[in-house]
Amino acid sequence: MQIPHPLLGLRDASEFVYLGDASLLQRPEVPEGADMGDSVLLDAFHEYLHLRDNPAGEHRELWFHEQGDRSWLVVTRNTTTHEITDCVLARDLVSR
Amino acid sequence: MRYSAWQVLKQGLTGHTGWKPAFRTPDPRPSYDVVIIGGGGHGLATAWYLASVHGITNVAVLEKGWLGSGNIGRNTTIIRSNYLLPGNEPFYELSMKLWEGLEQDVNYNSMVSQRGILNLAHTDAQIDSYARRGNAMHMAGAGGKLLDTDGVRKLCPFLEFDTARFPIKGGLWQPRAGTARHDAVAWGFARAADQRGVDIIQNCEVTGIVREGGRVTGVDTSRGRISAPKVAVCVAGNSSRVMAMADRRLPIESHVLQAFVSEGLKPVIPGVITFGAGHFYVSQSDKGGLVFGGDLDGYNSYAQRGNLPVVHEILEAGMAMMPSIGRAKMLRSWGGIMDMSMDGSPFIDRTDIPGLYFNGGWCYGGFKATPASGYCYAHLIATDSPHETATAYRLDRLRSGHPIDERGAGAQPNLH
Repeated sequence: MQIPHPLLGLRDASEFVYLGDASLLQRPEVPEGADMGDSVLLDAFHEYLHLRDNPAGEHRELWFHEQGDRSWLVVTRNTTTHEITDCVLARDLVSR
Repeated sequence: MRYSAWQVLKQGLTGHTGWKPAFRTPDPRPSYDVVIIGGGGHGLATAWYLASVHGITNVAVLEKGWLGSGNIGRNTTIIRSNYLLPGNEPFYELSMKLWEGLEQDVNYNSMVSQRGILNLAHTDAQIDSYARRGNAMHMAGAGGKLLDTDGVRKLCPFLEFDTARFPIKGGLWQPRAGTARHDAVAWGFARAADQRGVDIIQNCEVTGIVREGGRVTGVDTSRGRISAPKVAVCVAGNSSRVMAMADRRLPIESHVLQAFVSEGLKPVIPGVITFGAGHFYVSQSDKGGLVFGGDLDGYNSYAQRGNLPVVHEILEAGMAMMPSIGRAKMLRSWGGIMDMSMDGSPFIDRTDIPGLYFNGGWCYGGFKATPASGYCYAHLIATDSPHETATAYRLDRLRSGHPIDERGAGAQPNLH
């Protein structure tokens, strides 16, 4: 499998480390002074950390180019065919 | 027909014309007491123990493909109970005990062979951790013995002992572990359950889970609607897809795991051997092929095939442990889809929807668990309370902060 890096072109997947579902970019907001034992917050973090859509088909996921330019990528890949339809830098998706 | 030496003799003298199919191929009836989704090892075992232990025989097992087409026919056939944590070890030891009596129980030759498993240690720290694990095994009655280098050498003189990087310091030996013939496990459970009246329905894909008034009342399938007050999901590998039909998300990712077999060789490997400095394990089948495997490919996948970099990595680990393996030709490789859970341990639990039960998240370890998984799942379905060895396998254990993390890898499924 090769990953079309937006800056470096096609790179072998073995150069990358896989993290998982790109929803990991959306960490729940913790309001200032919030009680971390609050059940709404616990639910939100449980969902964020543990629960996954895990689709058979198109999947947006995080890959880290560890043996390359050390950038985080968001790759859209089909989990039944390994076809990659999109690949962008994760930093371009996160606005802060 | 009961299988026996007498039957073999009689059929041998009459040209083997009297054998009957091992199980029926019935059409689905409109309703059952229990519908089990998934005709793999665990689903069939569940049906058998529902019928034999709890007397519940009005049961259908729905299988999307043909019987044995999933992971029950794709694994590396290892059975063992060498776990560490209290939530796991008694369960896997129950499974080991069920394996030991399985063939008599279901009257089918599953070729259960207790040839032992050896986990190699390459550092002093690993010896310490195996001593601890061995103690946990003894507390659960699983047995086991800590070997030093000479003990390992006596068992397996062909290993690479004296390399600078991975010297073999010893190992943990569980003599009761071993292998079983995976297909025959599925066929044996299917035949035994079928004889008690369970309908095993192949080529019947579940397309929806029917709910009325907040509880589950049946399933929609490619062969029509089947109603049942209890629906038991047992589809490891595809758990997320089936539970999505009930609008539930799971703490599970699906990953592909590859396995390999070499050409047939004369007997060389006495039991199952696992490498302690990389992910590699090997055993030898009764036909003589070396059966081996290693790590996941590492990314979410529903494709039952893997990629070459992981093949390379696994074979490197194999060469480091047992250089002579380099002389064998590799015959086949294949892949299966694992339910990788967030803590590396399975689930056997009710769901928050009345009438819907869940069994999944078996990670690499589904095959060895087959009898106990079925036994405990049947207990849960029949009595609505968990079996005493499976109380830790709750669906909400991650939310409540009670993960069972043998590996200590955290919520990173591809590392378990």
